[in-house]
Amino acid sequence: MARAVIVGAGPAGITAAATLAARGVDVVLIEEGRRGGGQGYRAAPPGLDLPMRRLLGGDLAAWRRIQARFVALTMPMKGLHERFPGFAGQVEFRPGTLAWNIADSVVHTECAGTLDEIAYDALVLATGATDRIMPVPGWTLPGVYTLGGAQTALKDQGCLIGRQVVFCGASPLLYLAALQYARMAGAAGARVVGVLDTTPFAEKRRALPDLLAAPGLLLKGLGLLAALKVRGVPVRHGVRLSAFTGTDQGEGAGVDGVLYQDAAGRTQRIECDAVAFGFGLRPESQLAELAGAALRYDPTFRQWFPAQDADGRCAPKVYVAGDNCRIGGARAAEAAGLIAAHAALADLGLANGGTDTQLVAARRTLAAMERFQRGLARAFAWPHHWAAGMADETIVCRCENVTVGAVRGAVLDARGGERELNRVKAAVRCGMGRCQGRFCGNAAAEIVAAALGDAQAEPGRLRAQPPVKPLPVTAAPKEPVT
Amino acid sequence: MSAGRTDVAIIGGGLIGCATAYYLARRGRRVVLLERGFVGGVSSGVNFGNLRLQGRHLEQMPLALRAQALWEGLEAELGESVEFWRQGHLFVALNEQHAAQIEAFHHECRPYGLETELLDRHRIAERWPWLRGPVVSASWSARDATVNSRLVSPAYARAARALGADIREGVEMTAIAREGAGFRLACADGSEVLCDVLLNSAGAWGGAIAEQFGEPTPVFAAGPVQLITEATGRFLENVIHAVDGSIIFRQTQRGNILIAGHPRVPVDFANRRSRVPPRKLATNLARMLELAPHLSHLTLLRSWTGIEGYFPDMIPVIGPSRTTPGLFHAFGFCGHGLQIGPAVGMCLAELILDGRTPTPIECFGIERFAKPVTADRAHLAAEFEGTLLDKIGAS
Ligand SMILES: Cc1cc2nc3c(=O)[nH]c(=O)nc-3n(C[C@H](O)[C@H](O)[C@H](O)COP(=O)(O)OP(=O)(O)OC[C@H]3O[C@@H](n4cnc5c(N)ncnc54)[C@H](O)[C@@H]3O)c2cc1C
Ligand SMILES: Cc1cc2nc3c(=O)[nH]c(=O)nc-3n(C[C@H](O)[C@H](O)[C@H](O)COP(=O)(O)OP(=O)(O)OC[C@H]3O[C@@H](n4cnc5c(N)ncnc54)[C@H](O)[C@@H]3O)c2cc1C
Repeated sequence: MARAVIVGAGPAGITAAATLAARGVDVVLIEEGRRGGGQGYRAAPPGLDLPMRRLLGGDLAAWRRIQARFVALTMPMKGLHERFPGFAGQVEFRPGTLAWNIADSVVHTECAGTLDEIAYDALVLATGATDRIMPVPGWTLPGVYTLGGAQTALKDQGCLIGRQVVFCGASPLLYLAALQYARMAGAAGARVVGVLDTTPFAEKRRALPDLLAAPGLLLKGLGLLAALKVRGVPVRHGVRLSAFTGTDQGEGAGVDGVLYQDAAGRTQRIECDAVAFGFGLRPESQLAELAGAALRYDPTFRQWFPAQDADGRCAPKVYVAGDNCRIGGARAAEAAGLIAAHAALADLGLANGGTDTQLVAARRTLAAMERFQRGLARAFAWPHHWAAGMADETIVCRCENVTVGAVRGAVLDARGGERELNRVKAAVRCGMGRCQGRFCGNAAAEIVAAALGDAQAEPGRLRAQPPVKPLPVTAAPKEPVT
Repeated sequence: MSAGRTDVAIIGGGLIGCATAYYLARRGRRVVLLERGFVGGVSSGVNFGNLRLQGRHLEQMPLALRAQALWEGLEAELGESVEFWRQGHLFVALNEQHAAQIEAFHHECRPYGLETELLDRHRIAERWPWLRGPVVSASWSARDATVNSRLVSPAYARAARALGADIREGVEMTAIAREGAGFRLACADGSEVLCDVLLNSAGAWGGAIAEQFGEPTPVFAAGPVQLITEATGRFLENVIHAVDGSIIFRQTQRGNILIAGHPRVPVDFANRRSRVPPRKLATNLARMLELAPHLSHLTLLRSWTGIEGYFPDMIPVIGPSRTTPGLFHAFGFCGHGLQIGPAVGMCLAELILDGRTPTPIECFGIERFAKPVTADRAHLAAEFEGTLLDKIGAS
């Protein structure tokens, strides 16, 4: 029987797994986290009884759908198989397992220090995305989180990041995360003290034609904004973040305020004890790169994505689906998971011939979502133009403590500077630490591009090298290799 | 495009090409260097950084010691840091055979001017109390050092440029034609270079150029495996190196543990890609932990290898072509070209400008391959993975 390996148990991976298993393919579903659901639709650990209706509001139905699909998929199906031989493939869920490399049609995994290898006939990479960061002076202070980090603390741990929280940046997650906090905070005696959107409101209006591709989501977004207003949360548009203030020494170390310029150019400050910030999402595309995918620059997002055909094929036997290849959100991820699974079935010779109505619908959804996301990319613009004016002493690579000035200096070296991002990394260590440039790479690319003085130039990209995330040095195979 | 004229053209901007360009430019010669990628982007920029003197081929000692003297003054010479660090090098014998090897070397290297110190288990335990594993004895060489290899070739290139050398990155040489007593080079971007003297320092790709001039060699490509952990508190000032090369590690100035270990692995030469076979990670990490179990709390951040040229006799080709006046070869550095690099550049500049060099380098001549070489499979088996051995045809 054919074996498919799926990396990532978010909406894309779960849907791909369900589709493949239903057609008799053996599926191994690998997930670094402990449970299924992915970034948006994560499930809290057993025993932590979060009020999901209050937390998720209108997203509850979608969360339930994804979670139900995941549970059905990973339930022991033994009895079913015995009664209906050949009905469906097995699904083996491997939680707490990192896929750290792909070579020669084998996925290499690590789970609690044990290394394993899984050969595949089809590989679906559904590794999602993380927050995209543009450094702001003070962003490494205790109490400053990414938007996604703040959400994860809430949805995975039931924790708030502070009592007086500012949400800022430019991201589809901005209002969502702020509202989820606003809904949950009251009971804990905490407050969202402000939402600072760095994109001018006029840009949102200009993005309308594209946003109308998904009128439901547009309404939802407007609903978030309205709900924040109802709760009395001040929302400011078109601000420029000047600094997160505070101290990183001693007892009371932590952030104590956000300094910004409002749309009229006046300097303002909000006091707070925690900040969540982010500027859209960046794809977790390293595994696709290691599996042989080419990377393609997308000028709308100003990022690199694995090159794929319309069905997610990116290398022989390798498919990508979801946020890791095209930032699209949960609905797009579900659709892409279905489409990629069908491509894999076709390539495995398991296509059922006729036109699948689900597949047709999924293609339609994906096309609409793509247009919508292009609108979002504009409505929540990545502030690449900040790179030119960023103060030299601001940290860009926090793992290695590399400043903006150091990155710039490597380019502007009078005796012949570097012109390429990986060379800058080699010279000043930016992106060489624990995160391997996953968090500083986008900003560093913009700083390099700005220093080169060519506003039109594509910002570069740091190459992936295995392991995609740190491995314990004690990691060892189950059976010693010779 | 019209052809520019120059005294010396150099193909390949690794350490060898960049250092030679610098020493030629320092003596006022016009130099054009062609590098298809970035200078130091291949072997020269991804290596372990080991400036090891111990355990070298004896016939290479004069060259190696000349190089070490150059390294010791290089930061002052080039005007920038290459993180030169006189770390000293501990050659660790893991069995009696290793022990005999380091003892023999201790006596053999002395006439060349290299002092090593033999240490018994007791002395080793005093200085490296954390060291575990089947250590029998060791040899200490204080003059051995390390550098950050990423910084070296760009530093040489910048200094050469400042002296007027024309260093062209992103320019690939695609054809060489003889023209009068000199050469005409055609490049992928349509440009041409006319030169009197041509240096082939194209690394693992040097064999094709030599072959064009009737000098085939048994050069082959392989990759030494490198791993690096996250940074940790300083505990190690030196390079720890098993005599058979099965495990080599050091702590970088930043605090990371950099780990290497033979055998070298196959690389995708045609597509110029190289990746570490995933299973090598666990093997090399386990070997490191056998000697340094106190590092078991660390995580591994990154692995890489590079494309290096090797000969079955494990020494490079350095010297004039025997078929073509004006052509010089320096390629296939067999995994130890970083340490000797500055001296190789100096010697090549002398050969080109003076017709001779005071450093004995005759044994590296390309003429040694005029007759078939027999490779010692038993020796090479420790150095290269089996699939590579089959390709070399070692017997
Ligand atoms: C931090 C964050 C918060 C979000 N919050 C919301 C929200 O509240 N509501 C909403 O509608 N949308 C949210 N989104 C938007 C998101 O686009 C979608 O909700 C959806 O999660 C995308 O689905 P996906 O399947 O593509 O990827 P994801 O849901 O991101 O799933 C990818 C999965 O792959 C796993 N993974 C990644 N790399 C590896 C590896 N090497 N080995 C093993 N496993 C791996 C991850 O642990 C993750 O579970 C959020 C996105 C992010 C990044
Ligand atoms: C992983 C690794 C670890 C190592 N560790 C050590 C160590 O610790 N100590 C030590 O002494 N040595 C070490 N070495 C060996 C050392 O790095 C090399 O011997 C040395 O760098 C060789 O320099 P080079 O200039 O000959 O080759 P390279 O650096 O490979 O340079 C050759 C250049 O030629 C260019 N080129 C080729 N063809 C053309 C063309 N047609 N047109 C234009 N350009 C062309 C290539 O792009 C390349 O940049 C290591 C090597 C590797 C790969």
